[in-house]
Amino acid sequence: MRKIVYSLWFIVYGIFLLSTINYTLSTICYAQTVVSSTELIERAKELNGREVVYEGELIGEVMNRGDYSWLNLNDGQNAIGIWTGNNFLNLVSFAGDYTHKGDWLQVRGVFSRACPVHGSDLDIHAQSISLIRRGRVVRHQLVPFKPRQAIILSGVFLCLLIGRLLSRKLKKK
Amino acid sequence: MVLKPNLEDLRAIGYYLGKIIIGLGMTMLIPFVSAFIFREFNPLYDFLISFLICLISGNALILLCKTDKDLNWVGGMVVVALAWLAAAVLGAVPFYLSGHWVSFLDCVFDSMSGFATTGLVLVQDLDHIARSVNLWRHLIMFIGGQGVVVVALSFLVRGSAGAFRMYVGEARDEKVLPNVVETARFIWLVSIVYLILGTVVLAIVGRCEGMSWVNSFFHGACVFMAAFDTGGFAPQSQNILYYHSLAYEITTIVIMILGSLNFKLHYTVWMRRKKEIVTNIETRTFFMTIMLTFFLTAVGLAKLGVYPDALGLFRKGFYQLISGHTGTGYQTIYARQFIHEWGALALFSLTIAMALGGCVCSTTGGIKMLRIGVVFKALYNDIKRVMLPEAGVFVEKYHHIKDVVMEEHQVRSAVLIFLCYLGLYALGGVIGMFFGYPALDSLFESTSAAANVGLSCGITQASMPALLKVVYILQMWIGRLEFMSVFVLIGFFAAFVRGK
Repeated sequence: MRKIVYSLWFIVYGIFLLSTINYTLSTICYAQTVVSSTELIERAKELNGREVVYEGELIGEVMNRGDYSWLNLNDGQNAIGIWTGNNFLNLVSFAGDYTHKGDWLQVRGVFSRACPVHGSDLDIHAQSISLIRRGRVVRHQLVPFKPRQAIILSGVFLCLLIGRLLSRKLKKK
Repeated sequence: MVLKPNLEDLRAIGYYLGKIIIGLGMTMLIPFVSAFIFREFNPLYDFLISFLICLISGNALILLCKTDKDLNWVGGMVVVALAWLAAAVLGAVPFYLSGHWVSFLDCVFDSMSGFATTGLVLVQDLDHIARSVNLWRHLIMFIGGQGVVVVALSFLVRGSAGAFRMYVGEARDEKVLPNVVETARFIWLVSIVYLILGTVVLAIVGRCEGMSWVNSFFHGACVFMAAFDTGGFAPQSQNILYYHSLAYEITTIVIMILGSLNFKLHYTVWMRRKKEIVTNIETRTFFMTIMLTFFLTAVGLAKLGVYPDALGLFRKGFYQLISGHTGTGYQTIYARQFIHEWGALALFSLTIAMALGGCVCSTTGGIKMLRIGVVFKALYNDIKRVMLPEAGVFVEKYHHIKDVVMEEHQVRSAVLIFLCYLGLYALGGVIGMFFGYPALDSLFESTSAAANVGLSCGITQASMPALLKVVYILQMWIGRLEFMSVFVLIGFFAAFVRGK
């Protein structure tokens, strides 16, 4: 009888332990899963107020607002506003535009569907930021066919202009 | 019996069309210079090529169609309708060469969206686009807002009767000054004065919000052009949300409202008759419809608890509403948030606001306030007439710059355009539903395209069906020209085929 009771206790304890480990791991794994901007927009109500990990390319420029700054990170689908303390800005070297590929940053922070601090913007308040990939300067090579095409078109235009002048002269005569 | 257009009619059309195309080409020199300043050499050649294509096609038309004949009414309307199509196609060439659009159809879509001051976009990777191409996106809104023909009238076409017919064909039936060329130049004067002031204000706001001087001026100029011309393009993919700034939002609200007012009203106020703002039927109607639609939007949003406080409701609800009502299309929320969060009532009232539009002889689209005001005034007067004794003489008046006696043909014309717009909104909505989109989403996007607004609930994407893109392009074109020129163009082709 005692053996059975011990066995039952052991099973119940085992189930409880496994459930606890499973829950803890799932919570950690959830927090570590990077969410996309589309998920943030589509599942905004569900994710509102939760800690999320989001990553994307820094685009535009860092907009400094006192002790904090706005970063806009584009993950290739949409760009999301990140409100961050200025202490993380030393990580930033490049912001994406025509001549730059911006730094790829990973942000862990609290997501708001309608942030009460920022006029109901959909944003993330960063708790930590890490640099995943440094950005770079993008050098655009001149596409060779473009100058050729411009020269040909200039020639055609000159011919037309001469044609117009000739027709005007003929009309005067 | 329908008369077939003769060769001289066609020549006059081709001749004026050629001039307008040359005028359009000239405007490409602005982004060309910008590309040179910012050392963007690929776009520099893109604009040179596009400029040359415009000059070649314009000069070829002038050479082939040289005539002394002036345009008749039909010719004027046909030129306008064709000029807008030509502008959309030729304006799309720099887009196509930049490589930021998936297909040429997408380029034409964005180009028409720009010229018609709509603001729906299919551009890819906007955050990495060259400054000069970005400038061109906004410049075409500035040109389209004043009117493609107004550009040509200002600089290239003499003030003939044909010039006036083209001016009317571009959905501007009101002359500010007695001469149509002077009117066109006045429209440019107003716009350029506001452009300078607006850019400086936005640049200062941008700078205060943490942007660099270069970016704050560049964004200021671009955002002003799109806001004043009630366009809706923005330099970054997040639209106005990029700035995360209440000051930027308030400034753009003021600019959007200024852009949606009648140029004649601007002129009257410039002439120190400020009282006109409160007595004009258009501004009164505008105020009432804004209040009514905002009330409905606010109730819809508050009922669902979409925003946590009144400031949030104002910043999101009022901003999108003003943006929709003025036909601008600036957004501070993501497109899909309309569908997931706003709820049916708020979305419906926003759709109504978009459908109504701003004032006539402004840069907005939609049914427009003068027509709404006239229709409701006529309805009110009819009810009043029933209540009065039968023998009573009843003169119906409204105030629009001056006191105007309301006549039946004005009411009929307003009702007809009203109905045409409703039909156009519904048609696009039905076609959207045909492609499998939900009814409210389809109607919202269709209204946005046809009323030249530019707010999107997510249907407008590069992956949407090509036929739907074509439908939206046609809606933007027809909506901007307010039907008449397009109907005349169709009639002209019918006469050409079946006339005697």
